[in-house]
Amino acid sequence: MSEIVSIAQTPTDRLLHSDSRDHRVDAMFHFAVKSCAIVVLIALAGAAASMLYGGREAFSTFGWKFLWSSDWDPVTKQFGALVPVYGTLVTAFLAMLLAVPVSFGIALFLTEISPLWLRTPTATAIDLLAGIPSIIYGMWGLFVFVPYMSKHIDPWLIDHFGKLPIIGMLFSGPPMGLGMLTAGIVLAVMVIPFITAVMREVFTTVPTPLKESAYALGSTNWEVVWHVVLPYTRSAVTGGIFLGLGRALGETMAVTFVLGNTHRLSASLLEPGNSIAAAIANEFTEADSSLYLSSLIALGFLLFVVTFVVLAIARLMLRRMARMAGN
Amino acid sequence: MFGLFWLVWILFTTFSKGLPALHWTLFTKLTPPPGSDGGLLNAFVGSIIMSAMAIIIGTPIGIGAGTYLAEYARHTKLGETIRFVNDILLSAPSIVIGLFVYSFTVRQMGHFSAYAGGIALAFIVLPVVVRTTDEMLQLVPSAMREAALALGVPQYKVVKQILYRAAKSGIATGVLLALARISGETAPLLFTALNNPYWSLNLNQPMANVPVVIFQYAMSPYEFWHQLAWAGAFVMTMLVLLLGILSRTLLVGKRVKNA
Repeated sequence: MSEIVSIAQTPTDRLLHSDSRDHRVDAMFHFAVKSCAIVVLIALAGAAASMLYGGREAFSTFGWKFLWSSDWDPVTKQFGALVPVYGTLVTAFLAMLLAVPVSFGIALFLTEISPLWLRTPTATAIDLLAGIPSIIYGMWGLFVFVPYMSKHIDPWLIDHFGKLPIIGMLFSGPPMGLGMLTAGIVLAVMVIPFITAVMREVFTTVPTPLKESAYALGSTNWEVVWHVVLPYTRSAVTGGIFLGLGRALGETMAVTFVLGNTHRLSASLLEPGNSIAAAIANEFTEADSSLYLSSLIALGFLLFVVTFVVLAIARLMLRRMARMAGN
Repeated sequence: MFGLFWLVWILFTTFSKGLPALHWTLFTKLTPPPGSDGGLLNAFVGSIIMSAMAIIIGTPIGIGAGTYLAEYARHTKLGETIRFVNDILLSAPSIVIGLFVYSFTVRQMGHFSAYAGGIALAFIVLPVVVRTTDEMLQLVPSAMREAALALGVPQYKVVKQILYRAAKSGIATGVLLALARISGETAPLLFTALNNPYWSLNLNQPMANVPVVIFQYAMSPYEFWHQLAWAGAFVMTMLVLLLGILSRTLLVGKRVKNA
């Protein structure tokens, strides 16, 4: 405003000055926003570095043995990552096994089959489901789902599958309700909204002419999906699955409530186990020796590395899809 | 349909267990020791304080970073790297963030504190705001920018007076989404702000907060604590759903305006 007033008095002079002042402010602004952006980089690098540093005691004491030892004894100070890592991987795998087909079905339903009036409410419902805090899933899991599992599903599984030769190993043990299977199911419910959202978005980017030509040639709904939609969106679908996997691997609260938190390795899905995030959450405040603390932080570092890799892959696949779509 | 089934089941449980425990004392009494009566007042207040801290710290940096990405680094290598890192930070397990903030805040200070909790939550707010700001600013039609620059408006004014005004509701949506997210996060607070069974407004001490209280109470064997946990969970879910719906209506309004 003051520039417009002074322009009337000494036009060239004021203009020149205001120009250089603007340049200076522009340069400062550029610097300011760039630093904010660098903060993001520092945050991630700092997270990785601090956990590596915190875990150094554990890594230097145990070395590579840390990765495959199943000891976890705070008294004798022997710690190994095998049980938590195993639990994390198994529950995440179970969750994906259950979640991917269901998400696929829901996304398909939303984009191809459902009547138009049903689409928005269902989509909104799924999005809201994605926003529910994980601790709610945990509580629901513990108070509602676990009793249900132990009363109805576990005994059924043990009766029918427990006696079979190899699969039987997966379904043995007391029907407590807690355990890897329960955790896997709760995780699956958590992850379904994410994968569904990505899949749905991606399915809608398939060019309609492509689908219409397939229909015109006489394909059924299913054939169009399997032979046209899926191949077109393959990398994005994979990206979405990896995104869900990343979430499942790192999930703390939903798993802590229903996994049982025991440091015992067991082949049965019905037995309790432990996961990295659950172990850290439960034992962090009780860790009495610096080696204990360091082992927990080292576990955190392992989790970080694994999720970083999974998320990086997801990102790459989704980017490739976006580029294909001409973004 | 299957998805709706789970949503309904979970919401129904939260309602049915939380509603009976809802009492106005929930908001007036402090967290009790097992066996006596109480509410969740200090937890609510603590959560509000730490969420406010997180938003105050995270939003400016987030908007700044998003502005940089959209205006100065849209297709550069640095921009792509930052976007990539931001996405990782966005989806990283929150327990990892908690551990990170523990290492550089709690370890240095020597004790748990609300500051640490606020900082941990700020790290969760940051990537959400960065991403939303970046996307919303990119949505503003280039014609606006070009017109302003053609009039001789300096870059920072273009951003401040034109772009921010145009993308205002979108950025606000990002902040709301971030708020919804941190309202439900437990893991980052577990190792930073811990919990405080007493009334405390001291930012330098552990501070009560709703998620950790729910965690502690739900895992305990006491029935009254379970009830309080459900009530807290109910309030938390309602808040998150409300924020979600609010941000959705804001965003729809914006989309209609742009179309």
